Amino acid sequence: MRLNPRISQKIAKTVIWFAAIVVLVLLFSIIIYILSKGIPNITWQFLTEIPSDMGRSGGILSCIVGTLSVTLVATVVATPLGVGTAFYLTEYTHESIVTKIIRFSAESLAGIPSIVYGLFGFIFFVIYLKLGWSILSGGLTLAMMILPTIIRTSEEAIHTVHPMYREVSFSLGGTKWQTMIKILIPSALPGIATGIILGIGRCVAETAAVILTAGSALQMPVSIFSPARTMAVHFYILARESISLEKAFATAALLIILILIINIGANILVNRFVAKSH
Amino acid sequence: MRTGFVLGDNIRTGLSNYKIKLQTENACLYYGKFQALRNITLRIPERSITAIIGPSGCGKSSFLRIFNRMNDLITGARVEGKVELDGQLIYEAHFDIVELRKKVGMVFQKPNPFPMSIYDNIAFGPKQHNRYTKSELDKIVESSLKQAALWDEVKDKLGQSALGLSGGQQQRLCIARVLAVEPEVILMDEPCSALDPAATLRIEDLMRTLAELYTIVIVTHNMQQAARVSDTAAFFMMASDRAGELVEYGSTSQIFTNPRDKRTEDYITGCFG
Repeated sequence: MRLNPRISQKIAKTVIWFAAIVVLVLLFSIIIYILSKGIPNITWQFLTEIPSDMGRSGGILSCIVGTLSVTLVATVVATPLGVGTAFYLTEYTHESIVTKIIRFSAESLAGIPSIVYGLFGFIFFVIYLKLGWSILSGGLTLAMMILPTIIRTSEEAIHTVHPMYREVSFSLGGTKWQTMIKILIPSALPGIATGIILGIGRCVAETAAVILTAGSALQMPVSIFSPARTMAVHFYILARESISLEKAFATAALLIILILIINIGANILVNRFVAKSH
Repeated sequence: MRTGFVLGDNIRTGLSNYKIKLQTENACLYYGKFQALRNITLRIPERSITAIIGPSGCGKSSFLRIFNRMNDLITGARVEGKVELDGQLIYEAHFDIVELRKKVGMVFQKPNPFPMSIYDNIAFGPKQHNRYTKSELDKIVESSLKQAALWDEVKDKLGQSALGLSGGQQQRLCIARVLAVEPEVILMDEPCSALDPAATLRIEDLMRTLAELYTIVIVTHNMQQAARVSDTAAFFMMASDRAGELVEYGSTSQIFTNPRDKRTEDYITGCFG
């Protein structure tokens, strides 16, 4: 039986609206629940002291430092590699079996569970390269993990730059490198930045890969060779071992706030850059 | 003709009185297995305007792009035969492609300034090739814009985005951007097809002035434009296998008033009438 188009349109509209609302409600209820449970426990002491008594009391300063430094190492390592690979794929080579293999590898890497990255990082960085549980091991492991995201988004961003600009640059005697630095990177920057921000978000939130590579030490890290506990790991341990639910919620709330700050800050930076160049 | 040079009936003897800037001999262009141009033999005299005319799809733009090797950017594109600039084979392996493109500039169909300031657009080319001081760059920007007859309109807003200019101004900016690299040849690929008649006339005036210093090759669909601005004209047509061929080449006055080939005559009269 054929449905009246007006009725089928109404049904479709309802279903689509319902889907969107369910997503919004889920998202906001999680954020509001965690923030409302966590924010009251975020005190000055919580932000400025290192944990004591396994995290039952004290703050999480060492975990904040741990999170930021692991993320920084991962971003600094993964960004040039990822953006470089994206430029190689789009500008320095023609479509071939090699580019297909690189793309396929990147996509497969994206699908590997983070615990497997953690295991590889543990065996390769921690044991084989004798880096031990450290910010460096954790950062390098996370770098591998976010590489596919950065490659993919950068590649798409470079593809959206109008081919005409490449032609003009070449016709003025620009080399590939000059064209890339002066024309393609500035135009593709918002897209590339999106990929990096997504990567940073994953680093900040990652637990399984970091616990196996950066460790879970509570003391303040002093160099990239020190072991560190990230906020996500701290939250996991506090909740898993029922150490302190209040501190766990406070940590989670701070984690969410940190991710929001990174996203908003990066957006402002990118917008300012775009406004300046146009 | 306005530049005061008239070509004799025989192209070869006629052109031999002038210095040849660009020359092709049996040039063929392939995109993969498809042949886009077949056996083009053409000599383009220095400091003149040569118009390439012909119906759509006959390989005019592809032919133009042979001279600055822009076809190299296309996967599978291949040129056979001889292509010379000042008597040097530009498709030789050791030929410096950056030097070639510095000497042979290009203006595109659509005005396409970079999304940067007017100043940065003009300074882009020179900055890729040399280290200039700020005052040297200022001079280059000013003289290029003056040569392109745009200076008076933009001198107070050099820091503003080039995208805010009108279409005609943008195209003159693109010409100034080419001039800033100090080329010897300027290739123009339908430079006025996106412009209104007034802007078109301004560009044509500019071309006449520039032809005193530069060798200009222009692809155009506009027969009146070809007749107005060019000194020599080449008529291209597609063969039955869709490869572009040169039908006739001579002085513009001869091509338009006394075409030797029936196909040229049909095309020109068809376009006028």
